[in-house]
Amino acid sequence: MKPLTRIAGQACPLGLANVDTDQLIPARFMKRPRSEGYGSFLMHDLRRDEAGAERPEFPLNREPWRSAPILVARRNFGSGSSREAAVYALADHGFDVVIAPTFGDIFASNAVKNGVLPAVLGEDEVEDLLAALAGTPDLAVTVDLGAQTVSWGNRCVAFAIDPVWREQLLNGWDDIDVTRSFAGEILRYRTATETERPWMRPAGPSPDR
Amino acid sequence: MTGSAGRGETVGRPRSLFDKLWSSHVVVERPSGDALLWIDRHFVHEGSFHAFNQLQARSGTVAEPGLTFGVADHYVPTRNRDRAEQPEIARMIDDLGSNTARHGIELFGMHDARQGIVHVVGPEQGLTLPGLTMVCGDSHTSTHGAFGAYAFGIGASEVAHVLMTQTLWQKKPKTMRIRIDGTPIAGVGAKDFILSIIARIGADGARGHAVEYAGAAVQALPMAGRMTMCNMSIEAGARCGLIAPDETTFRWIEGRPFVPKGDVFARAVEDWRRLPSDEDAAFDREISLDAARIAPVVTWGTSPEDALPIDGHVPDPARETDEGRAATLRDALDYMGLRAGQKLSDIAIDRVFIGSCTNARIEDLRAAASVLSGRKAKVPGLVSPGSSLVKRQAEEEGLDRIFTEAGLDWVEAGCSMCVGMNGDTVPAGERCASTTNRNFRGRQGPGARTHLMSPAMVAAAAVAGRLADVRPMLEGRS
Repeated sequence: MKPLTRIAGQACPLGLANVDTDQLIPARFMKRPRSEGYGSFLMHDLRRDEAGAERPEFPLNREPWRSAPILVARRNFGSGSSREAAVYALADHGFDVVIAPTFGDIFASNAVKNGVLPAVLGEDEVEDLLAALAGTPDLAVTVDLGAQTVSWGNRCVAFAIDPVWREQLLNGWDDIDVTRSFAGEILRYRTATETERPWMRPAGPSPDR
Repeated sequence: MTGSAGRGETVGRPRSLFDKLWSSHVVVERPSGDALLWIDRHFVHEGSFHAFNQLQARSGTVAEPGLTFGVADHYVPTRNRDRAEQPEIARMIDDLGSNTARHGIELFGMHDARQGIVHVVGPEQGLTLPGLTMVCGDSHTSTHGAFGAYAFGIGASEVAHVLMTQTLWQKKPKTMRIRIDGTPIAGVGAKDFILSIIARIGADGARGHAVEYAGAAVQALPMAGRMTMCNMSIEAGARCGLIAPDETTFRWIEGRPFVPKGDVFARAVEDWRRLPSDEDAAFDREISLDAARIAPVVTWGTSPEDALPIDGHVPDPARETDEGRAATLRDALDYMGLRAGQKLSDIAIDRVFIGSCTNARIEDLRAAASVLSGRKAKVPGLVSPGSSLVKRQAEEEGLDRIFTEAGLDWVEAGCSMCVGMNGDTVPAGERCASTTNRNFRGRQGPGARTHLMSPAMVAAAAVAGRLADVRPMLEGRS
């Protein structure tokens, strides 16, 4: 995973609340391997009409936001299904950062694991940013993960991120390598539990199953 | 660090059920507060192919195949099991078979007599027990919390992590207790409880919290109702839902195939009795509801928080002072094809769906059948049992005949029209009364309009051809 430090560029004002992961990627597109790229499925049914043509009014289809690296949404972004494909679609489309007042827990965790920053701003600050983008669509926005700030115009506000996630994103670290360094502790836990609580392991199925 | 649940820890700060589950699973803790948790059960399904691909990319192996179980549920056809309509779907079902076989993981595959929706199969087989940590790449893993387990949904990268290490890094969530006391009105149950809770606190109201449901009305619920409540915890934004294990729990699990037997079971029960929250345990948040004041509930919009009693009206955006909220309402009404102020019970439906991990257990089918018995549905519909064993039992009880005589289709077990991945979908623009958990845009198919409600309420809607109060239809019936 590549490290993420500072992202500067356009910010796409999605402005919707409760954008669930079914919206981020409808279920029917999740059968393909990630290697094929998921970017074109991002928000497919919001972005396109029944015939598959782009809806011109949808922010993602408008300049200068078509290739913006930052997405701005209202509360409860990424709620619902645990599908990591929702993050694959965002990342493959080119988003490095999503700014919202609250995120679905599983979505936020999935985002970090794919190098996408879920930056939590206050509800009022998100409203200010959305208003600023409505007035100045090509407003330059900078998200600085090191300083933990979002800045635009003459505003600079701090965003919230779990410190462990911040470190992971800054360094592009991978959980599995970290976890493997605790192999001894894991084995000790396993052995102790097997003795103390033998019922924790599944018994074999009954012969009459 | 690896202290077992409750043992020798009666002295000291009172602890909640969640505190006990957490502390008994911490392998190591970082100064940041992140803990590496041991995972007792891991379920994988067809969608887990992303995680198996990650595993393969790292040339990894599965750490604990004996704690890992595969279930074919999301994509399996519910009609004609001999051939999946789409080659992509057939490939996914085959991939689950080959991935589980390669790594020595037990599979409840499409042709297994025990197959079904993972959150129905786990409890049914006795893989779900109190005191466990359980994960699956499916947000509705929260279902298993009904047994007093810490169960939560994870993403594909986390699935790969669990496959390779049998552990997961987690930050301890805050705790929240939701009490429901009082006696519910006849015809009102677990689905009405949980939809009322979500309507009250919002779809992100419990975000970052482990929610324990407590109170007399919760304790009085059978396991099926408890699972329904915990299942939809994710719809309130919660990390997991929990209900303290009690005699109802122990009776329900004893003797199931994978449950320990004899002396080991007795020792387990002894341990599980120490799991419930201590009397004075502190919670970060507490709310309470009175069961007697809860009416049958339906959703009208595109978020589970858009839920109202059936005698209510569709909200009016013009009466909203907050412009953002008004815009959201207008958007939802537009998608749902509804008029502001319209009576909920005037909304005509096009079809019904009875199924899903929320409401496809035998008790749910009985509840729907008790309304449909001797009646005809005015609209078409699909009834998909939660598992093949539920299907067999329903047929032994004659429930299948009640459904088919009412005019509904009786099909095989799977996620089916809840998530619309297997080809069972609601056509664009059609309105479906559904026992599922999500009324998101396009959830049951592109352009589909979903109204969530209990199985009895779906049955009532089928009979009336519109959203309807089940209570009058239950008069004179058991």
